Amino acid sequence: MMRPVYIAGTGLTAVGELWERTALSLATEALRAAMTASPQQPIGALYVANALGAALGQQSNLAPAIAAAVGLQGCETLTIDAGGAAGGLAIRQAMLAVASGAYDAVAVVGVEKVSDVLDERREAALALTTDGDWEGLHGVTLTSQWAMLMRKYMHDYAVASADFAAFPVNAHANAVANRHALYRFAITPDKVKNAGMVADPLSLLDCATVADGAAAVIISAQPHTSTVRAVRIAGSGVASDAIALHERADMLDLAAVRLATTRALHQANLTINDVQALDMTDPHAICAVLTLEALGYTPRGTATTLGASGAISANGTVPLALTGGCKARGDVVGALGVYQIVELTAQLRGTAANQVANATVALATCSAGLASTAVTHVLVAE
Amino acid sequence: MELARHWRQRNARYRLEGSRHRSDGTIAFPPREGNEWEPYVLSGQGELLTYAVVHQAPSGHEGEVPYMVAIVQLVEGPRITAQLTDCDASEVTIGMAVEMTTRLLGDTGADGLLLYGYKFRPVL
Repeated sequence: MMRPVYIAGTGLTAVGELWERTALSLATEALRAAMTASPQQPIGALYVANALGAALGQQSNLAPAIAAAVGLQGCETLTIDAGGAAGGLAIRQAMLAVASGAYDAVAVVGVEKVSDVLDERREAALALTTDGDWEGLHGVTLTSQWAMLMRKYMHDYAVASADFAAFPVNAHANAVANRHALYRFAITPDKVKNAGMVADPLSLLDCATVADGAAAVIISAQPHTSTVRAVRIAGSGVASDAIALHERADMLDLAAVRLATTRALHQANLTINDVQALDMTDPHAICAVLTLEALGYTPRGTATTLGASGAISANGTVPLALTGGCKARGDVVGALGVYQIVELTAQLRGTAANQVANATVALATCSAGLASTAVTHVLVAE
Repeated sequence: MELARHWRQRNARYRLEGSRHRSDGTIAFPPREGNEWEPYVLSGQGELLTYAVVHQAPSGHEGEVPYMVAIVQLVEGPRITAQLTDCDASEVTIGMAVEMTTRLLGDTGADGLLLYGYKFRPVL
């Protein structure tokens, strides 16, 4: 029987184009903050999520350098580069290590440093999570693959591109209050509609900006000892799908997201209706729409109505992108899964910028590429 | 250089050679490995399932923008990702009939390796 596992301390940096900072410096800042917030934790291992360091030719095996920089030299280290799922996978490995009794505490840091290269190299690095020989070679980008899904969705369900605009508008509205967000300004549906195309039918204002940042969590068998509310990882699930979109029988079903979430909720003995605060991989409205449907919030082909009705707003029934989401907080790729845990821990402790009243159950799901790997965690306040 | 990486896919790239399952007749693309599969050349005929117009390209494709990427349902059963060519975005619709054509896919740079392979175009 595995033992309970808690979020003992958290830390993060602002998300942005941080020209003066290295990946090591960002990771160190976030991790020191998390360690300071949870002193006396016997950290036995450091798991680092970093999707693009090696792909951009900057640094592979980043974890030992971070361990040395924060005084953890000698501990077990692991660097995970599983695209946008890396952060969630690092959290899961830490949870398993603590739950199994291998360690009493494990540090996790997700870090991404992407602003040193121009768009083309960043697009190419991101596209490495597509099928290299059978998708990537043909000039496919992740954005163009989401655009293909959006076009198919519009065709199959008779939905207009304007029906997606509520999602980036909501993301920007929420980011205004988030001090660590990349874009702290509101946008209008008209601006989304009139923005230039990145990958038609996806416009610039329905495309997240990939940005620098780091977040850290100390995962422990002991809840935080101070006055803050204890937050437990009640469920954890991972699932995979065909890496190539064309290999999937039903392209509009994000099966890995659906399966990972089912597994995590089952472990937590909860249902999706128990979740009060939610964060997901949402670089485009179509990702949020397909994820809402995979999570079972709405029948297939109908999730854009949650945007139109205002259900996704901060005070709605399914609040989305409470920190701005990938669109306005910024897409921190491999660090996203760790940012989510830091941000949702704040929700459960009642200290978040767009606080959901009395939230006690939160769910984070992040994924790589077009959800070829998906990771879901369920957090519960005790 | 990556010569071998591209050379080993030559049959699939140049003539859309996939695989046929020896017992149940299933057609697969990309080609499958294993004794139960035999080589099978696909017709290159298909129907457009979905597409997007790329304006922000990855390294190696900067000079091609805007270009269209697509997923095609091949008549033999498999689906394939490739670029659309010989047409304007305004002429493209989901469900239109398309066929394979061989085109330059890229240039590996200073070593001069030109990559040829399949794209799809509206049926002539």
